[in-house]
Amino acid sequence: MDKFRMIFQFFQSNQESFMNGICGIMALASTQMYSAFDFNCPCLPRYNLAYGLGILLVPPFILFLLGFVLNNNISVLAEEWRRPQGQRGKDPAVLRYMFCSMAQRAMIAPAVWVSVTLLDGKCITCAFCTSVPMETLGNASHHHLSQGEIQRVLARIPCKDIYNGQELIANEVAIRYLRCISQALGWCFVLLMTTLAFLVRSLRPCFSQAAFLKSRYWSHYIDMERKLFDETCAEHARSFAKVCIQQFFEGMSTDLVAARCHLPKKAPVDAGEAAEKLLGITDQGTMNMALKSWHRCKPPLHLHPPALPAGNGWAGEGQPPTHPSVPRRETAAYYSSV
Amino acid sequence: MDRFRMIFQYFQSNSESVMNGICGLLALASVKMYTSFDFSCPCLPQYNMAYGLGIMFVPPVIFFLCGLILNRQSLVMLEEWKRPQGRRKKDLAVIRYMCSSIMQRAMVAPVVWIVVTLLDGKCLICAFSGSMDPENFVGFASVSPEQVQQLLAKVPCKDDELMRNNTSRKAVSRYLRCWSQALGWSILLILIIAAFLARWLRPCFNQATLLQARHWSNYIDIEQKIFEETCCEHSRLFAHKCILHFFESMRQEIKLHSFSLPREGEQNEGEEDLLRGITDQDQVNKLLKTWYYEKPPLDVS
Repeated sequence: MDKFRMIFQFFQSNQESFMNGICGIMALASTQMYSAFDFNCPCLPRYNLAYGLGILLVPPFILFLLGFVLNNNISVLAEEWRRPQGQRGKDPAVLRYMFCSMAQRAMIAPAVWVSVTLLDGKCITCAFCTSVPMETLGNASHHHLSQGEIQRVLARIPCKDIYNGQELIANEVAIRYLRCISQALGWCFVLLMTTLAFLVRSLRPCFSQAAFLKSRYWSHYIDMERKLFDETCAEHARSFAKVCIQQFFEGMSTDLVAARCHLPKKAPVDAGEAAEKLLGITDQGTMNMALKSWHRCKPPLHLHPPALPAGNGWAGEGQPPTHPSVPRRETAAYYSSV
Repeated sequence: MDRFRMIFQYFQSNSESVMNGICGLLALASVKMYTSFDFSCPCLPQYNMAYGLGIMFVPPVIFFLCGLILNRQSLVMLEEWKRPQGRRKKDLAVIRYMCSSIMQRAMVAPVVWIVVTLLDGKCLICAFSGSMDPENFVGFASVSPEQVQQLLAKVPCKDDELMRNNTSRKAVSRYLRCWSQALGWSILLILIIAAFLARWLRPCFNQATLLQARHWSNYIDIEQKIFEETCCEHSRLFAHKCILHFFESMRQEIKLHSFSLPREGEQNEGEEDLLRGITDQDQVNKLLKTWYYEKPPLDVS
């Protein structure tokens, strides 16, 4: 468990590490999706190419966009791009860095899908079975079959159980040929991607390393700043709600006392915390009225300093002189984080 | 257990994370349910389409409703929408924001079900095998028109004795499955493009209003939680006081009715406070009977 907690904390501590984690999970999900997907070649002349190339290219595009959608930085980037300049200048280098880093991470899952598809071979077999070179692999001498017929027969190559062109070209020969080409393409693709990644990583320090460090720092800063702002707003909302509710209960009990024209009961000396926490509501009728009033007539979103220092159940900070400045202090905290 | 507690705490820390977690769990549940469901096409002309389309569309509606029910925010939103104005103005932008976020999360599991159904293909094969044109398939072109519908309806059933080794059955099945998978991938592509555009273009439109709406919807949620917590705390203290009063009144009644001398021992003072004057079986029985037959009034003033 300790190991797991350490890994978890490591990923959490750094936004980039977290995104790397998501990226890895998506790559695994892409291989899992490929093996769970039931590839079903239609074995019809025009449909084969569309189906094969569709399965080869459409899911990577979906995974690429999904990589962007799941990345929280995309809204940070869009916001930074569209915000009015105001008092803070905009640096296009930072925007470019953020976009590049997001695009690089989003490319991994599609590249994994394309590699796995090519190495497996079913897609290329299905898409290009009608273009198999019959002269070299089979008997091209069956001229009594029209071109359309030949195409229909060749289209059934991936479907072994309905293939009826064994004299034309042997099924295993064609499939082996297509699979060989597909796997060669797959390995070349993997080599190309790895070489590109290697070049990008090793050559980057040769080009404006200082500017790169600056962009990286400020993109992290924008991310941190937004997170802290959200947290501060949440904290503020929590404190606001607490004070609002407390003032609501006080207001209720004061109103009821005034309405009943009772003398305010003297709180016993040893009442302690419990009496204060009861917020002045001590019977069923009062509580029912408080709940009804909460629904029918919610208090305004406007905190006021408690007017009377004596006898109210203000269980918060016990420093009356600072109370008038509490709303202002909260407002100032709200703005200064920006 | 530690692992689950940590994951649980991470999700609990933020109410949006909780909702995302529920949404993800529903999506996983939908995939699991589809794989464990035993799809069995009736293979009869009128029933096929009803069964196939029913399996494709009825569970998503159920998942959508589950997504709305399990999401705490839907109740909060409804309450905010229906409450009387009173002293606090209502902001429609906040209600709209909450509504759209609830809908988006509730739509994930139904969409996952539909996409998985289409990628698997069984539902569409079952629903539309009877609508195929028999001319396109060699095995069915030569059959009489009355029989062709019956035969086409039997295509989804591989083990039927008429269909067992029929190559035309496989051709129809393969054709329909190809269309079904193409439709599934297309729907997934369109939805992802829509989600991408929504995330990318949202800051271009009214970002300030969006920030405000998000903040206040979060506030309403927190306020409701804190109110419930305050009420719980209050009712706990209320109950405590009420019960103390009850024991006190019981003790006084017993003192009045019994003539036993009060015990002298000082070393038993601490324990006697806890026993609150009820020290033998009869007294306890009387107390319990009174608690059941004559509960004290709800008034601790």
